[in-house]
Order: sequence, then C-alpha cells, then structure tokens
Amino acid sequence: MKSIPPILEWRHDKGTEAPSFARAALSWPERGGAAMIWLDTLVQGALLGGLYALFAAGLSLVFGIMRLVNLAHGDLIILAAYLVLMGVTLLGLSPWIAALVAMPVMFALGWLLQAAVLNRVLGKDILPPLLVTFGLSVALQNGLLELFSADSRRIPAGALEGASLDLGLVTVGIMPLMTFASAIVTIIALNGLFYHTALGRAFRATSDDAVTAGLMGIEPKRIFAVATGIAMVVVTLAALYLGMRANFDPSIGPARLIYAFEAVIIGGLGSLWGTLAGGIIIGVAQTFGAALNPEWQILAGHIAFLTVMLLKPRGLFPRAVD
Amino acid sequence: MLETRHLTANYGQFRALFGVDITVAAGECLAIIGANGAGKTTLMRSITGVIGNEPRMVLHRGEPIGGLSSAEIVKRGIAMVPEGRRLFPSLTVEENLLVGGQARKVPGPWSLNAVYDLFPILRERRKNPATTLSGGQQQMVAIGRALMSNPELLLCDEISLGLAPVVIRDIYAALPRIREGGAAIVVVEQDIGKALAVADRVYCMMEGRVTLVAKAAEVTRDEIHSAYFGVAA
Repeated sequence: MKSIPPILEWRHDKGTEAPSFARAALSWPERGGAAMIWLDTLVQGALLGGLYALFAAGLSLVFGIMRLVNLAHGDLIILAAYLVLMGVTLLGLSPWIAALVAMPVMFALGWLLQAAVLNRVLGKDILPPLLVTFGLSVALQNGLLELFSADSRRIPAGALEGASLDLGLVTVGIMPLMTFASAIVTIIALNGLFYHTALGRAFRATSDDAVTAGLMGIEPKRIFAVATGIAMVVVTLAALYLGMRANFDPSIGPARLIYAFEAVIIGGLGSLWGTLAGGIIIGVAQTFGAALNPEWQILAGHIAFLTVMLLKPRGLFPRAVD
Repeated sequence: MLETRHLTANYGQFRALFGVDITVAAGECLAIIGANGAGKTTLMRSITGVIGNEPRMVLHRGEPIGGLSSAEIVKRGIAMVPEGRRLFPSLTVEENLLVGGQARKVPGPWSLNAVYDLFPILRERRKNPATTLSGGQQQMVAIGRALMSNPELLLCDEISLGLAPVVIRDIYAALPRIREGGAAIVVVEQDIGKALAVADRVYCMMEGRVTLVAKAAEVTRDEIHSAYFGVAA
C-alpha cells in the first residue's frame, strides 16, 4: 500500500488557485505512478501560469510604455472582478457578457486615472508615481471593503467550474485551459497592436523617447492614457478568470500584484511573450511546491523568481534597448 | 510665415535667449549660425514647443503658437530634424518614417516613396532597426521622418554634426529638392560655408542674442567674423 501523496492534503485556501492536480493524484496508482503526477503537476502549473500572465500583461504594457510601476494593479484586478460580479448578480448577466460590459467601463476608468492623476506625477523622479499608486491601492482596498464587506466572493461559472478534459496522460480543467488560451490570444492581440498598427508605433516611439515623439505630432500624455485604458481591459479579462476560478475579497489585490510583477520581471521588462514565460515559471514552481508540501506553494513561486533574478538579472527576454 | 518676437527662454535660473526676433517667409531658406552655446538649439526648441513660451513670442501665420505643445505645432506644419537625430531605436527605418507622418495627414509632395526616392539607400534598409544604420543614413531617416508630415517649415538642427564631409555633401544636396517641394527651411549650423551655400538669408547668434541679419549672398567674411566671435577680424 503506497502512502497518500502530500498534494492530497491541499485545501482550498482563500485566494489561492484550486490545483486540479489533486484530482489527478486521486487516480495516480492506476495511471502510471509518480511520473504521471509530476507530468500532471507540470501541465497544471503551466496552465496556472496563463492566469498569472493575464495578471501581468497589463502591468507589462504600462511599464513598457511609460516606465510606470502601478502598485494598484492588483487592486484594480479585484475592482474589475467586483464589477463583473455585480453584472452577474445585479443584472443577471452571464459572466462573459458581464465582463464585456465591464471592459469599456474599466477602459474609461483607466483613461481617466492616467489623464487626471498619473500623468501629473510622471517624470524623471520615479517616487511620485509609486507613492500615488500605493495610495490608490490602499484607497481601493478600503473602498471595496466598505462596499462589498470582507466576505469572500466568487463569480458563478455554472457547469464550467468543474468541467475537465481527459487528454489521456493528464486531465485538465476546462477553465484553466480557457484561461491559458485567453492569455495567448491576449498576448497575440497586444503584439499585433504593438507591431502592426499606427497606435502601436506611437506606443513604441513614445516609450523610446517621449519628447521626440511629441516632435512627430504624438501627444505622449494621450498615448499614456490610451495605454492605461487598454491595460484595464486586459485587467478585466484577468479578473473574470480570477473570479471564476477562486474566491476573492478586497484584500487580495497586493498578492496578485506580486505575482504579476514577478512574471513581468522574470520575462524581461517590455516583452509580452516573456511575461507569459514568467507566468508559467511561477505557476509551475507553485504547483511543484504545493506537490511537495502544500505550505510551499506560494514560497516556491517566490524562490523561482529569486533564482531567475540571480541567474538572469535582466529577465529571460529583455528588450534590446531599455 | 513664422515670426519670433522678443523670444526669451530659460533653463531654470539660467537665461539662454534674450529677446530673439527672427522671421521666416514661405519657401525661404534661412541659416542660423553661431558657436556652441549661442542659443541656436534653444531657439529651435522654443519654436517647436519643447520649451514653453509666452504665446505671443512665437507667431505662425500671425497666430500665437508659443504656448502650444510640440504635437500641436507639428500639426500646424512645423517639423523638426532634431540635433543628434534622435531616431526611435525600437522602430525600423520605415516605421520611423511612418511615425513622422501619422499625426498630420495633409496632401503634399512627401510620402514614403518620395522619401525613398530622395534617399534611395533607405529603401534598401527599410526593415532594419533605424539605429543600426550609419550616422549619415540615420540623418537621412531623421530628415525623411520630418518630411513625412509635409511641413510648411522644416527646421534642421545641426544636420552635419559628427558626419564625414562626403556624407554632409549628400545630405546638403537634398535640401534644394526639399525646397522644390515648397517647404521653407531653417538650417541651424556651425559650418558657416555649408549654411551660406544653401541659404537666402543668414542670422548669426551669440550668447542668446541675434548679432547679424544679412542676405547670404551679400554678407562679408568680416561681418560674420565679428558677429560670430564678437570681435572684429
């Protein structure tokens, strides 16, 4: 009689993603033993990385264009999750339609935030934007707490919540698969925007040299506002999957920010595919950590981040020009 | 077409321009010469809105533009080739050119193909990252990028700086063709001979002030020497 693998001790803690490797582990004796579990852990970790890449894509976009680290990014994800939840519970919309409705609202919010607040503090000194977005983070957390209480919520996803796909060697949840696919589609779309449109050229030119971009007729502040608006659309997509996959409450934004930040840094600043790679590395590290010991899930992600930083301080895919 | 009136400019506590008056007529080619630190680049930066001014210190077709942003000034038809070229390193040659034309879309002689005809080497290098080109080719991109907005006035700040004489000759050979397109040109130069060869009129600056205004064909060596260095030859 083999002992029960430690991953079965996993419990669905508040704010952490449900590792579906637990399901696979239940059937591991008849499926080929430990090797299958590790393969399954790898796949589930990579899929979890899709969610982290979605968290990080907006952050990467904003940092890449205006060198702004938005410390309220995680809280904006949670704000968007509550917006989607309101669409579902108050308006009776499906989560997908609710997210579609929330996207333009979040775009407008991002545009306003940048135009009215962040553009005023952007400059050579990096401290003012950090302080302002830190303050915004605190204000958002407390505002959400007042409005929605500290209770954990979840966006109901119906039959999709437990649906899975048997791929033979491994079984994957439909929701993680959709999250990962959405991350890839989002990155393809953002890269298409960046490299094949006039707006994308303006983004890159402004990122290179805002003063000279102005001499070409580009208004950097307007470009920054559009970029933050687009980042908030991506944030809404991330919020949709976060809310359908795990419980959330007003306090969990900062942890999402850290995952996002780590994914961006691992990938190399300004590289969206690098951000996906960073998300996958953190996701895989977390699921392997959890497989070894449930308490190591979060720590393993951070250790992976530190290890990459030690070996490749500029990230895995740094831009040629920074 | 363009006029500055008692234009002043400051960098913090330091005053760089002390009441500069210049005028540029439509289709004219003007040279602004002066030693390092004379205020030539500051004058260009003031006209293009990089340095803010009182609105009435810069007039375009009689309208005050001194308080406008760089982007708004470009949309009025004033384009600049900045000192040091300042190409966008993450963009290819062609993308750099396209960026120059995307904010002001007006009919005119300049398009991607027209720029490639002016500087054929750029057509071959159009997919290369702009900053991997040689200095002279980068200067061609910078000029082409400014032309893409079909400007009424092209400001060229130190376009010969750091380039080999043979390359400078090629760059300057393009200026008459640009004038044929109808644009007025202001050439800011330290190379007096090059500037006088293409200009209709010349302004000489020293220590933030205009010290000489003359027709390029009539100005004497002694006049320039005196205005340039502040002492008689």
